[in-house]
Amino acid sequence: MFNKEKLEQMKKAHKEWENTVTKAVAKRPERKKEFETSSGIAVKRVYTPADIENLDYERDLSNPGDYPYTRGVQPTMYRGKFWTMRQYAGFATAEESNKRYKYLLEQGQTGLSVAFDLPTQIGYDSDHALSEGEVGKVGVAIDSLKDMEILFDGIPLDKVSTSMTINAPASVLLAMYIAVAEKQGVSSDQLSGTIQNDILKEYIARGTYIFPVGPSMRLITNIFEYCSKYVPKWNTISISGYHIREAGSTAAQEVAFTLADGIAYVDAAIKAGLDVDEFGPRLSFFFNSHNEILEEVAKFRAARRLWAKIMKERFKAKDPKSMMLRFHTQTAGCTLTAQQPDNNVVRVAMQTLAAVLGGTQSLHTNSRDEALALPTEDSVRIALRTQQIVAYESGVTETVDPLAGSYYIESLTDQIEQKAVEYLNKIDELGGAAKAIEKGYIQKEIQDSAYKYQKEIEAGERIVVGVNKFQIKESAPKGLLKVDPKVGELQQKKLAELRKIRDNTKVDAALEKLENAAKGEDNLMPFILDAVKAYATLGEICGVLRKVFGEYQQSIVL
Amino acid sequence: MDRPIRVVVAKPGLDGHDRGAKVVARALRDAGMEVIYTGLRQTPEQIVETAIQEDADCVAMSILSGAHNHLFPKVVNLLKERGADDILVVGGGVIPEDDIPRLIEAGIAGIFTPGTPTSVTIDFIKNNIKRK
Repeated sequence: MFNKEKLEQMKKAHKEWENTVTKAVAKRPERKKEFETSSGIAVKRVYTPADIENLDYERDLSNPGDYPYTRGVQPTMYRGKFWTMRQYAGFATAEESNKRYKYLLEQGQTGLSVAFDLPTQIGYDSDHALSEGEVGKVGVAIDSLKDMEILFDGIPLDKVSTSMTINAPASVLLAMYIAVAEKQGVSSDQLSGTIQNDILKEYIARGTYIFPVGPSMRLITNIFEYCSKYVPKWNTISISGYHIREAGSTAAQEVAFTLADGIAYVDAAIKAGLDVDEFGPRLSFFFNSHNEILEEVAKFRAARRLWAKIMKERFKAKDPKSMMLRFHTQTAGCTLTAQQPDNNVVRVAMQTLAAVLGGTQSLHTNSRDEALALPTEDSVRIALRTQQIVAYESGVTETVDPLAGSYYIESLTDQIEQKAVEYLNKIDELGGAAKAIEKGYIQKEIQDSAYKYQKEIEAGERIVVGVNKFQIKESAPKGLLKVDPKVGELQQKKLAELRKIRDNTKVDAALEKLENAAKGEDNLMPFILDAVKAYATLGEICGVLRKVFGEYQQSIVL
Repeated sequence: MDRPIRVVVAKPGLDGHDRGAKVVARALRDAGMEVIYTGLRQTPEQIVETAIQEDADCVAMSILSGAHNHLFPKVVNLLKERGADDILVVGGGVIPEDDIPRLIEAGIAGIFTPGTPTSVTIDFIKNNIKRK
């Protein structure tokens, strides 16, 4: 890319400059002896053309919308349309959450994102003993199709796209969504949205697993297959680095472990007899946007390039859509501080900028009060406004991939990709992501990073404003959102009522068919859909599958 | 004291966020304590059983799901029922300030919210364990 002669000249001049600066620094030292990114990549004082002398534009970057998609998956990016502004929300009952969704849509949000409570995510009904104290707390409680009908009441499912953070019981919630749409007169081929459906990262970092690896992978490939036929616009999985990062990984580890999981899903689907280009285009990703803006931008670019290569070279995909890494982003919850919570608005704004400069397809911005409780309506509005300000006022959206060509960004993009490749090789050696999780390898790598980060904060080597520097005396924050503790009772009452009025013979028959199918090899989606439509509860459906499949046993590593 | 302090670090309820619990577990271990980490999805009954079986001096629990008002006191009460209320109980996680007085009253000796240095938790446990 550079004229050889000029480059040599420049290197010489730069060396002289370095020598002069080094002498000056000896007298007046810099803030730190060594500078590095979160991923442990050494950061130089300054970057020059020498740092990207091997860069080949066509091979390494290419144009936006062209392989390897480093610069973005579309040719026009935000000049065409902005990313989808999608705030993750849901709490208490379906009625309450339905109100919040309608409020967000009125405020200019362009897609829904459903948060479920923990019992729903782990396949227990609200009246299960283990649900005690958890119903409606971190998301909405959904026990049956009845709740789902209320959740989307008055929201036209052919007009909005809906993302559901649901993993182990993803097939059940997707079935409920399809059934609600049907009642609205919307056929399944018109539905657009995403289910998270990423069980491997549940084992690694998030914890809402139910079944062992084998049956879980079967459910996932069943969904791939079913949706490729009947719900073609649906993103069948959102392979998530977000929670891996929240658990403490570095940026490079986030890329590596997420793509390792991606490889495992593609492998499983191919093994199940699917063609890579049949399901490949519907795979989507979910990343974290953390504090170090430039490293984050490089991370998104590196992830796009690496996945494109993996799909093309390793899996021989032919459809360009299979090679495009499309992703949702959420700003980093773990960077929010309980101290001086308004400062979080600034953190979120910077993380938003990183996600946008990195070319995200959709974004959730966290609210300032989330280190304290679920966010209030005011806080959620500020978070949404943050996205709108970046979109409409910052000017960074007017050209595609504006940081490309920066000596530092390109060098960092290369180095993150390289580190990720090293991890992927190691994981291949261990026998793939599932095996590496079983052995606790991935968890241990993440924990080591998390512990190092915490020690740096406590040693004062890493400054968190308001936490270990610039503290003030604060009074307890006022006006936090409280979930009514009666939600549990309310859901239990609704459940008891449902069990009385539904056709229980029909329910039992549907559950029995599902059980038999689970013992065999059929695609389970149609059986789950029938059970859902008969108003079998989530807990009953997952209960049947628990009986056949057993439950995952966590490998604990410290 | 002739043996190291033994702490059961536990995740009650369905919450899967264990970064904090694991970081605290390692910090306690590095501070010379013996740490038993229970893993996820423990019922109060299981936690109490582990604490008694392991002859623990302290139970340190972490919840980020909002179920703390329900689950923390339950552990304290079960320990009492089993005659093991000499075991120090502490908790941490996303816990609103407003909830803390009630939890302290219910017998949770210390509540540590986000941003607490691990050294604070370590010192608290060292200074407050009841078994000598």
